[in-house]
Order: sequence, then structure tokens, then C-alpha cells
Amino acid sequence: MMNEPALNGMAHTEQDRSEPLLRAGNSNCGGCGMSNLMQMLRRAAAERELKLVIPACCAAVTGGSFPESAFSIPTIMSTFASAASVANGDASVAQLNGEETRVICLAGDGGTYDIGMGTLSAAAERNEDILYICYDNEIYGNTGGQRSSATPAGAATTSTLHGKQETKKDILGIMAAHRIPYAASISLAHIDDTLRKLQFALDARGFRFLHVLSPCPTGWKSEPAMGIELVRLAVRSGLFPVFEVFDGERYVLNVEPEFSGEALMMYLSLQRRFRNTGVTEESLRPSIERYWNYLRLMSGRIVPARRNV
Amino acid sequence: MAVELISANHAAALAATLAGRANRTARGFCSGVYPITPSTECMEYLCGQEIEKGKVVRADSEHNAMGICIGASASGARSFTTTCSNGLAYMIENCVAAAGYRLPIVMSIANRTLGPPWNIWADHGDSLLMRDLGWLQFYSADIQQVFDTVLCAFRLAEDPRVMMPALCCMDGFILSHTMAQVEVPSQEQVDRCLPPTDIPHRLDKSAHTLGQMETPHQSVVHRAQHHQAMLNARQVYAEVQDSFEEIFGRRPADPLVSYRTEDAETLIVSMGTLGVTAERVVDLLREQGQSVGSVRVRMFRPMLDEELRKIFAGKKRIAVLDRDISIGFGGVLWGEVRGFADPSAIVQNYMVGVAGGDVRPEHMINLLAELEQANESGAPRIVEVA
Ligand SMILES: Cc1ncc(C[n+]2csc(CCOP(=O)(O)OP(=O)(O)O)c2C)c(N)n1
Ligand code: SF4
Ligand SMILES: [Mg+2]
Repeated sequence: MMNEPALNGMAHTEQDRSEPLLRAGNSNCGGCGMSNLMQMLRRAAAERELKLVIPACCAAVTGGSFPESAFSIPTIMSTFASAASVANGDASVAQLNGEETRVICLAGDGGTYDIGMGTLSAAAERNEDILYICYDNEIYGNTGGQRSSATPAGAATTSTLHGKQETKKDILGIMAAHRIPYAASISLAHIDDTLRKLQFALDARGFRFLHVLSPCPTGWKSEPAMGIELVRLAVRSGLFPVFEVFDGERYVLNVEPEFSGEALMMYLSLQRRFRNTGVTEESLRPSIERYWNYLRLMSGRIVPARRNV
Repeated sequence: MAVELISANHAAALAATLAGRANRTARGFCSGVYPITPSTECMEYLCGQEIEKGKVVRADSEHNAMGICIGASASGARSFTTTCSNGLAYMIENCVAAAGYRLPIVMSIANRTLGPPWNIWADHGDSLLMRDLGWLQFYSADIQQVFDTVLCAFRLAEDPRVMMPALCCMDGFILSHTMAQVEVPSQEQVDRCLPPTDIPHRLDKSAHTLGQMETPHQSVVHRAQHHQAMLNARQVYAEVQDSFEEIFGRRPADPLVSYRTEDAETLIVSMGTLGVTAERVVDLLREQGQSVGSVRVRMFRPMLDEELRKIFAGKKRIAVLDRDISIGFGGVLWGEVRGFADPSAIVQNYMVGVAGGDVRPEHMINLLAELEQANESGAPRIVEVA
């Protein structure tokens, strides 16, 4: 049996509805993983005071247009490459004034893996007091679905019509190499683990990085209602490892997958972006295996652990 | 008031340091900085200062130096940075943003030629890239002015009737790397001159989004407000001068510096240190009986059109000297001011000192001699100087 909990806890609670971070009237597509993430962030943040920095991406659009805003907390929309530097200025001033405000970057994979990479790396190197959350939909959603360096090999995008050739960057490896206090991947299908990590990252000091696999029905050409299930399949198949890295050296694997071939096959077949690009269960397996060998090495776990989360 | 022997880069940084400390009773000072010749010494100086309730972030690029200033200013702090040339070009996307958010960030520029081909010498083409972005722009002609301008720029930029970023330019090397005695006020005087930074639209506790999407109508309203606020700066600057004079006992330079223009038939119009040379040339030529005057445009944005029209009225010949070139057009300053002259006036553009050429009095004297012979305005001319 798989050892992750059933899909529970994702449904809106009364509090989710009455005091959301991302209010009704936002323009996210139905089934957008970023909407689920904002719901979880709200629950995790509870009474904490937050500020958001959002670079150009779908999250910048979803806030709506002046003078109304779908975001219920102070928010600044930065230029595409500048989320972490703008947050740096915000966080520095909060610190100078002895404020507890948590400054959060909410950035897409384009603003993180690509154009904002230098900015992100610099803020991480200086260990600025920022929580950086990348919602990774593996595509430039805002501009209509072009490839990014987070797009997995084999996914068709509007700029790689026959499927991207190159593999996805190892973002957590990159961030861990900065020796930041905390870096973790988040599966929205694992709510307890998601909330625990968000809470830990909200309270920790210094640079914290969270990588969230964020279903994008529009870009993935998938059913809006299937988003969370797709994340679960990505975890079960081993395609999306759920783990955390403390101080760049202590690796903890949070969810032990079954490496289910069926899950992998389902993951691919439920998204039309993988259709006719030649990507198959078999073609993905070697890289999954390689990455997990690396993770076991880093975490010091020779044998798969049974762990309930 | 102490007197210190310092370079213009250090003068700008010292003024920013005093301004930063002056905000210790409010939300403090935070700045992102990145080096580039010839602005480097300004950021180095700032990195060496102890600023109570202040932080200078050693950024990884100019783009992010301005990003940090944006975050700091959006959180209500006073903010300052410095760059030039390719650094400014690299930063410019966030300069657009800083203006769009209406944040009163002050920036010092040691003007330098844009490259490649690489050239580190003075040219106004870098700061003129920012002409249309909604930043106030000043061009100083000596080191005291650099110091005073930075202080005035904070006061002006943070005035609620203005509320926008300001650029304080000095000619690279010619000013940035030369030293002179500068009158430096005490911290207590600067505290009086600069009230605590109050940015009403800063991110505070309420659900307020800065820089979000807009429809054309909303943007045009914001543009119109920004434009009006920029025009307000003309009047507000005069108030800043008065208050500065009251506190420091010396008046900061006017936005337009006219030199012996009243009875002049011929004018030299320029920006930055070219104006200092022009004033010497005016003296020399007046000794020979020629009626020449000089106008130095210190405040380039907002453009003081009415005042320039008044100064230009009745003048027969106007030489506009540009230390810049808008390729395919001519000098930027010439393009801006030629329309303020009388229709019958001969307005001739000379692009001198482009890319750092050393413009000396004899160059200007030769150009004026040529202008005296002209019977109509010619095409803009690039004048090579050694
Ligand atoms: C400097 C700059 N270049 C390009 C763009 C256009 N642009 C806006 S958002 C975007 C892609 C965003 O992708 P990602 O960060 O993955 O976020 P998503 O849209 O997928 O949520 C691009 C290319 C821009 N706004 N600024
Ligand atoms: S395009 Fe994708 S990421 Fe963007 S709002 Fe739609 S579902 Fe969300
Ligand atoms: Mg994306």
C-alpha cells in the first residue's frame, strides 16, 4: 500500500473561505495548483504577519487590476527577475525596525530557474531573511506556455512543439549547494507534510526555499479536477521526490514512493503535453533511478524507509 | 559646518550617509549597491559607513541593487544607490519600476560613455537613457553642488507633491575623481533639513498591492498624476532652496544657472561641467567686447521650458553644446531646447566632448567664432576634440 494519506484536508474549510490570502475574484484557471498552495499558505501562516513579493508570472496576473486586489495581504509586484532582491529590501527594513513580518516571494519556475536565478542565488548566498516559494508549473504560463528550464524532457510546449529535449534543472540541488538553512520540495497531495514544511519555513530565519510542483491544467493539457491526483502520481512514481535539506547537508526523505510503473504511466497519459513526444515510462525510469540513488546517498538511507507522513 | 577635501563620488556618498542617518527616527535607511567605474568610490564609501538603523546590501548586479532599493523604499525606508554607463543600462528595467511605484529613491551617476566599445570617459548618454522614465534629473558642475544636490534631491523626491525617484549626475572623472573643499553640514543640520521619510503608499499592514496590473485608463491617469507631480517639482525645488539656505546658510544652485545672459546676444547652453568652461569662455569673450552669456541646465527633468523661453527671448544666436549624441538625430539637449528660442534665432547644435573628449575654452571660442558668421541654423554637428 502506498504510505501517503488519502486526499483529505484539501477541501475548503470555513476559514479558508472567510479569510483567504487569494480572494474570490482572482483570475487563476480552475484547477490551478497555485490556488491550492495559497490556501495551504493561509492555513500555515495563521496569525503571522506576511508580505508578498511577486515577480511577473501567473500570480501577478491573478491579483487583478488596480485599484482592487485579490491578495489580502500587502503585496508588491516586482519585475520578472527581481523577486528576491525586492524581498531583500523589504526584509532588511523589517529587520531594522524589529518587525516580525515574514517576507515571502511567490515566483513561478521562469522567475526562479531562469531569469531570476542570479537574483535568487545572490539572496541565498547572503542568507537574507526571506521565504522563497517557487510554484513550479514547468512552463511559462503567463505568456502562453513556452518551455522553461523547469520543463521536463518530453513535454511539449508552444516553443518546443515536439517535446523538450533537455532535462529539468535540479533546483533543490542548486539551492542546497548554497548551504541555506532550509530547502524542501512540497507535494500538494500531502497536506500534513505541506503544512508542516510551510510552518517550519515561516518560522525559520535566513533564506528558506520551497519548491512546489504546481499542476497547471492549461499548460499540462490535463483535467482541472485531476491536478492534485497528478501530483500524487508524480510522487508515487518517484518522479517528484518529496524531501528537505537542512543547512545544505542534512537530507531527509519525507515520502517513500512505490516507484509504481502504473503511476508513471498514468501521470504521462493524463497530460496531453506528453502525447506524441516519444516520452515513455521506460524512457523516464533511468533518470528517476539515478536521482533516487543520489538522494539515498545524500540522506544516508541505503534502504527505503517506511515512514508515515 | 566643517570643510572637507573630498571627491564628488565621496561627496555624494557622504550626503547619502547623512541623509540615511537622518531617517533613524523613522524607518531607517537601506541601499543596494554595485560597483562600476567611475561610480565605484561612491559605493565603496557608503560600504565603509556606520549608519544607525541602516543597511547597505552588497548586491550581485545593478538590476538587483535597484531591486533592493525598491523593496526598502516600498517598506518606507530612505534609499540611495549609485551607478553609471552599462550599470545603469543593466539596471534600467528596475528604474522604470521605481518610477512606476513612485518611490523617492535617490541615485548618483558619474556619467560615462555606454559601451562596447568600452570607454570609461564622461558622456551624458547613460543618464539620458532615463529621460522619459519619470525620474527627476540634475546635472552638477562642481563638487559642492554634487553634495548639495544629493541632499536637496532627497527632500524634493520625498515631498508628497513630488514623490518620485531622483537622479543626481556628475561628469565621470572630471568631477567624480577630482577633489575640492566641500562644506559639510552637521548631522543635526541635516536632520532639520530632511524630515523623516514618509511614503504614504508604502507596504504596511493593510491589504494593498503595489505595481499591479492596470487598464489603459488607469495607467493614463497615473501617468498624468506623475507628470503633474514632476511639474510641481519646479516650485517645490524653490522651497527646498529656501529651507536649505535657512538651515545651512548657503543657497544651493538654481535649476537653471544663467551667467551674464541679460544683455547677451549670443548664448551657450550646456549641462554639467561644460557649463563651467562655458562661463570662463563668456568672461574671455566679454573682455574682447563680445556680448555672450551661458545657461547651464542643472535641472533637466522637469524641463524648465518657460524660464528657458524667457532667457532665450531676443537672443540672436544660441549654441547648444551636447556631451551626448542621439544617433540619427543630434544632441539630446539641443532637441529639447531649440524650440524655446525665438523663431528668428540661429540655434546651432555642437556635440562636443562626446565619449569623453576633453573640451577646452579654445574649442568653444572657435565654435562661437563660427557661429557669429552663420546666417542660419545648420544641421547638428559632431565636433571632435582631442
Ligand atoms: C524582463 C521580462 N521578460 C519577459 C517578460 C514576459 N513574461 C512575463 S511572465 C513570463 C513567464 C513566467 O513564467 P513563470 O515564472 O514560470 O510563471 P507562470 O507564468 O508559469 O506562473 C514571461 C516570459 C517580462 N514580464 N519581463
Ligand atoms: S496557466 Fe497554469 S499556472 Fe497559470 S493560472 Fe492557469 S493553471 Fe495556474
Ligand atoms: Mg511557470
